[in-house]
Amino acid sequence: MILPFFVIIPLGAAFLISLFGKKIKNFGDLLANLGTLSLLVFSLYSISKVFTNKILVYKVGGWMPPLGISMVLDGLSSFMLVTVNLVSFLVTIYSISYMEKYTDKYRFYTLFMLMLTGMNGIIITGDLFNLFVFLEIASIASYALVAFGTEAEELEASFKYAVMGSVASSFVLLGIALLYSYTSTLNMADISQVLSGRPAGMMVNFVAVLFLAGFGLKAALVPFHAWLPDAHPAAPAPISAMLSGVLIKVLGVYAIMRIFFNLIGINTVILAMLMFLGAVSMLMGVILALAQWDFKRLLAYHSISQIGYVILGIGLGTPLGILGGLFHLFNHSIFKSLLFLNSGAVDYSLGTRDLQKMGGLREKMPVTANTSLIASMSIAGIPPFNGFFSKLIIIFACIQANRFGYAFCAIAASILTLASFMKVQKYAFFGKLNPKWQNIKEVPWPMKLSMIALGVICVISALLIMPLFKPFLQSAANVLLLGNGYKDMVFGALK
Amino acid sequence: MKNKKEVGMTLIVKTITRLTVGLILLYGIYIVLHGHVSPGGGFAGGVIIALSFIHLMLAFGKEAALKKLSQAASSILESLGALMFLSIALLGFLGGYFFFNFFLHKGTPFALFSAGIIPLCNIAISLKVGAGLFAIFAVLILFKSR
Repeated sequence: MILPFFVIIPLGAAFLISLFGKKIKNFGDLLANLGTLSLLVFSLYSISKVFTNKILVYKVGGWMPPLGISMVLDGLSSFMLVTVNLVSFLVTIYSISYMEKYTDKYRFYTLFMLMLTGMNGIIITGDLFNLFVFLEIASIASYALVAFGTEAEELEASFKYAVMGSVASSFVLLGIALLYSYTSTLNMADISQVLSGRPAGMMVNFVAVLFLAGFGLKAALVPFHAWLPDAHPAAPAPISAMLSGVLIKVLGVYAIMRIFFNLIGINTVILAMLMFLGAVSMLMGVILALAQWDFKRLLAYHSISQIGYVILGIGLGTPLGILGGLFHLFNHSIFKSLLFLNSGAVDYSLGTRDLQKMGGLREKMPVTANTSLIASMSIAGIPPFNGFFSKLIIIFACIQANRFGYAFCAIAASILTLASFMKVQKYAFFGKLNPKWQNIKEVPWPMKLSMIALGVICVISALLIMPLFKPFLQSAANVLLLGNGYKDMVFGALK
Repeated sequence: MKNKKEVGMTLIVKTITRLTVGLILLYGIYIVLHGHVSPGGGFAGGVIIALSFIHLMLAFGKEAALKKLSQAASSILESLGALMFLSIALLGFLGGYFFFNFFLHKGTPFALFSAGIIPLCNIAISLKVGAGLFAIFAVLILFKSR
């Protein structure tokens, strides 16, 4: 019963804001924050639902699933919903003040809620074509949001992103069309059932390659990453945080996990490919990040690198590897959105993103400086913070699976990440205050509030691996470990 | 006539447009309302409805068309279409399910009023698509003239 509301709330909020946002002042702020808050509450409630029922299947319109559209809530969906809605709630609080400097704030909220509709829809749907529709909703809203500033830089980045994103969507659509012609069904569980009754052939492999290219581009894995370093810095900071924090994970990583593990069925070739792509992204991303002087561009390259960790962990295919990958996915969405919000706060006060022009901001902006220190230590993997534990689990999983080369790559990338964030801290927040910034002020309270909340979550989400909270992660990992058993779960819940 | 600044296309085009534009609009409405029993539907009908306004704009210039349907009005209609679609879907909860087709007496082949919520959904979609397409076209025109 709660399942369709993950789509209804943001969709309704989006169009109500576009209808009344211009006339009533602060209507957009209020409705967007209420909407994301209620989504967060619903997604937290879904955890307990998953614990009691294991899996919930909703029949849209009352039609039975192989014909009708279904919505499926299992451990993995619930885990992703919590991640997405937590970040989006804190980001909407942040945008109350940050988006003041743009005109047409209500249009921003409309597009934001549409993007959220797309992401929640992808997570909750049990139908392959529905997944494509929601993928397009989220992507097209994000193309518009990247261009929200409508300066030359933003428009160029958005155009590049739109062209590459459309190519990726066409790959996905072609893959879905071929899979539909091969199996005569679009329901995910039904596709999995039909495929398990057929001998392995070239068709499924070809579809797998199309999906890997399509969703890989959305996830910005290395051979397909060229759009990300342009698109993420160009967007307004809250959107950079959403794009980097959750969009690439939902559109890319979640879709890859769901389709390869639960639909097509995983095999060693796909796993080897995922691990290789993950390791390459990890190293390439961080090496490219080292030379950047634009704060947000540096963070964007780190997103590529950290997505590499997630894909490497999941590509190991072992229980520990998948657990580590999912844990890192959650952690990355927290600390990377925090870092992007920090860069937005610096941009808000100073009006520049160039690290060389900053310096000594710690005196003037203590909240931004301290939260960014927490986030930097998390992403670099310093012990008490969440990033350390997830990276440690991934490295342990590599060693356990006898993949010493990949373990070495993960350690090397972590050290380079540390180096790169030491540079950020030294040039931006430590050192002597640049006399030019004598009169700057700390950012307004909504921005401080959301940065502090994310900083606190950075520390306490390390506890997710403790036995008390571990079932939350474990139930998500179990869905992937179940593999083809997904179809039996879904059809079992329907009876 | 001569001293007034001429907008739009020639007299021939304007006369033909005056004759055809109503028919195009009617045809669009026909496609929408018969969407569930014949080819077409909300999207196709909405596009045809938008084309009738775009036709006006091409023949008579942008002021004539924007006087009939301003940009703000089309943006409001677009949001209303989306909200109408969502509320039809929400009304399905009366029957217990999201998007539930809650009308009785449905499913007679070839009868116009036998499809429950589907014609209503088609109308909502045509509002959304028609107003949206017209708004996109109007925005492109306005930006070009700057």
